[in-house]
Amino acid sequence: MSLAKPDAVDISTKQKLALTGGIIGLFILALALFNTNFPNKAVFLTLALGLITIGTIVYSRDAYLNKLEGIKNDGVWFKSISSRGVWGWIVGVILTGFYIVLYFYPQYLGLDMVNEDHRINTGLVSLFDPLSQLLSGRNASQWFVYGTLYTVAILAFGYKFILKYRHNRYQQIRTVSVMFFQLGFAFLIPEFMYVMNSDLPYYDLKSMWPLNYYIFDEWSVKAFLSNGNIGLALILFGIITIFVISPILTYKFGKRWYCSWVCGCGGLAETAGDSFRQLSSKKMSAWKIERWLIHLVLVFSVVMTTAMIYTYLGYDSNAFWLTRGVFISLVIGFLTLVFAVVMFFKRQELGKDAKYGAIGFFAVVTLLLIMHFTGTTDHIFYIKAGDLRSTYGIYIGSIFSGVIGTGFYPILGSRSWCRFGCPMAAILGFQQRLFSKFRITTNGGQCISCGNCSNSCEMGIDVRHYAQKGENIVRSSCVGCGICSAVCPRGVLKLENDSMKGRINPTEVLLGNDVDLMELVNQK
Amino acid sequence: MEHIVIIGNGISGVTLARHIRKLSDKKITIISAETEYFFSRTALMYVYMGHMKFEHTQPYEDWFWKKNRIELKKGYVKTVETKSKTLHFAEGDTLQYDKLIIATGSKPNKFGWPGQDLKGVMGMYSKQDLDNLEAYAPNNKVCKRAVIVGGGLIGIELAEMLNSRNIPVTFLVRESSFWNGVLPEGESEMINRHIKNHHIDLRLSTNLKEIKSDENGNVKSVILEETGEELPCTVVGLTAGVSPNIDFIKDSEIETGRGIKVNRFLETNIEDVYAIGDCAEQHEAIGNRRPIEAVWYTGRMMGETLAQTLCGNRIEYKPGHWFNSAKFLDIEYQTYGWVFAKPRENETHFHWKHADDTKCITVNYNTKTNEFIGINTFGIRMRHEIFDKWLTEKRDVDYVMNHLPKANFDPEFYSTFENEILSAYKKQLQPVQ
Repeated sequence: MSLAKPDAVDISTKQKLALTGGIIGLFILALALFNTNFPNKAVFLTLALGLITIGTIVYSRDAYLNKLEGIKNDGVWFKSISSRGVWGWIVGVILTGFYIVLYFYPQYLGLDMVNEDHRINTGLVSLFDPLSQLLSGRNASQWFVYGTLYTVAILAFGYKFILKYRHNRYQQIRTVSVMFFQLGFAFLIPEFMYVMNSDLPYYDLKSMWPLNYYIFDEWSVKAFLSNGNIGLALILFGIITIFVISPILTYKFGKRWYCSWVCGCGGLAETAGDSFRQLSSKKMSAWKIERWLIHLVLVFSVVMTTAMIYTYLGYDSNAFWLTRGVFISLVIGFLTLVFAVVMFFKRQELGKDAKYGAIGFFAVVTLLLIMHFTGTTDHIFYIKAGDLRSTYGIYIGSIFSGVIGTGFYPILGSRSWCRFGCPMAAILGFQQRLFSKFRITTNGGQCISCGNCSNSCEMGIDVRHYAQKGENIVRSSCVGCGICSAVCPRGVLKLENDSMKGRINPTEVLLGNDVDLMELVNQK
Repeated sequence: MEHIVIIGNGISGVTLARHIRKLSDKKITIISAETEYFFSRTALMYVYMGHMKFEHTQPYEDWFWKKNRIELKKGYVKTVETKSKTLHFAEGDTLQYDKLIIATGSKPNKFGWPGQDLKGVMGMYSKQDLDNLEAYAPNNKVCKRAVIVGGGLIGIELAEMLNSRNIPVTFLVRESSFWNGVLPEGESEMINRHIKNHHIDLRLSTNLKEIKSDENGNVKSVILEETGEELPCTVVGLTAGVSPNIDFIKDSEIETGRGIKVNRFLETNIEDVYAIGDCAEQHEAIGNRRPIEAVWYTGRMMGETLAQTLCGNRIEYKPGHWFNSAKFLDIEYQTYGWVFAKPRENETHFHWKHADDTKCITVNYNTKTNEFIGINTFGIRMRHEIFDKWLTEKRDVDYVMNHLPKANFDPEFYSTFENEILSAYKKQLQPVQ
């Protein structure tokens, strides 16, 4: 596959050494995976993670610091790994395999599945025991191993990304932000929370429902509620983030405040996944699949969560104020409110999508009403709510977001989960499209249709389609990473928060031509 | 149904076809000998550099043309018979038209240098040029050195391309400083330094005398005019400007000068024959614009305009305020209004350059009326809309300098230099004691 292409520019001796170091680090992990029993695990774990990190750092310094500041995309489509060549497929298969084992066969990583409280791990998981002991005083789980590797990847490749864009402060600050949130919020704070109160469930404060689909699970809610004020505060925070904080921030800044500044999935895509961003499909057909798929996942997650909470709520209004009746009314009331506001203010903008929106809305409401009035308790449409939940967990939570979302980085590009599957992105995107000040402004008539912007869009947006018409880019899927703006050779694109008026500005004749002609054609 | 035939599938012809389709139901055929589908010529460099694949330079997917009932014909028009409204193709077939639009763009200039047709000598304009470059300069083992002749926008892009594959480049520029026929001195000299910082062997005030051949007809070396020095090389890029690509109509009755002569309605001397884009030459220059404008967006604007005329609303081509942009290796350049290399009568320049030697601006204004005439910016992005407005409103230079932050288009969190620029401007205004 890569044979027919021109040679990628050779890497330096220093880079080869750095690469070797990183591979030795990975090799130690691989040895542990195949049950090599290392004598001093702490030393070998440090060695492995250290070699990977230092290797990445040395490699990137040599790649970027010896050149002048600027866009560094030379040879991206020649390199086997970043152009779906042999190496791309090999990495894809290894990553996919890792995710399958992680989610479905953690025993092969060496996880002790018998003694959940006091694990006696072997293999790869046991290599991470010393670090887990250091942070929270317990042995590692497969999730701890995963979380550590994930964090190391974001930190090391985040550093690489910062060097790559060292002329671009938007990129640097954004990357420091995702590195901070990953290290602090996703990795360290949950461990410390465990130290303080070991009964609290794992809670990554920045991970909102519906991305965090298990936060309202019965065991999770019970665990929170049985932990007094702190637990109650945490679950309230979970509700407030999605219903209050997120809408305000998305209105002011667009969904980028989350997707490319805070989110861990986004963080990995922007750092370790950066080399694969150009692989996302820009075809119209991909866009059509995207719209159906992501909104179906959203509907699935809303129905699943509602059904799940519904089944563990009681009928007795004396036991707790939130009964099934109250709950279902709240959900339907909220959905109706959103639907009414959108139809009232944005009916015109939606065009024929309004019809699909209406069908979707009434379908969900009807489903919920049937569920309530058929008097089913733990069965919904002859399916156990618990089964609905575990189906979601397996197919969406594990296979879609993990196995496909990350395992297929070198094939589908770095954001296929964010683009096709994430229900959180669907909600934020819906708001971004309709109620947000954010847009990517197109600079008059300067576009030369070169396509650098579309090529580098990880979300598969055909940015050029808008830019060459002089039209601002207002798309629900845009995560505001800003790379289109960075790579534009003519200074055409700028991410901005500005007034809602004139935000969407379709044009046929661009600025720079006859003013009368512009008026004639663009008025229609 | 009226049959509109467009020769050339570049930005001019394709914009025209798209707009005609929006306005009417006419039959539209686009002819090209270069490629099957429209692509962005300006992006060819990124294909060689590996930033993109060729398919990414195509702004529309392949189904677009059928869906919009725009017929594409691959063929080379050999002659045009305007009396019978017939096109004759090199392949032997013919095509009838009701209205003909010539949008064939440019071809690289060759000035009769000895050896200019040797193997390994090429321009950097067409898809064929790109394929050629890929064949002769795939890497620095096959191509030990390349020599570029001509210091303009295409020349520096070709230098950047070869540089991306670590091929040593010697860049011959006739002028005493890079592109100083267009850029004021301070800017031009900053770009000279930037080129050298990229380890490109820039030779100013240097002309090509001759290209030497080896025994197989391949390039072996070039000889320089001034010093007689011989530079061994295997690839020579000829980038000394472009001229209209109109050889195929020389024998027709269509009037030509350097390009195809057109009036303000983009009509030629022959009824139902029009010309747009790089190959069209205005009888009289429009404002300060050149009679032939080989610029991406002017081709697009002519297409936007002519579509109206062809669909019954006959209007003149009236371009608005001049603007343009380019990128010199890592430094972006934008211009709005007119800034000439040397100030004209009653004009003066205010020039500011950042200490890091990658950012500068030049503002041109009238010394009598203080009217703002134009701005060049390097390394700082500016808003087209704002400058277009200020030029229409005929703002004075003080207003522009005081409101520069409004025009800034750099990404968020970038350092801004407006205060520094403004204080430099005020300092310059103070009378010398």
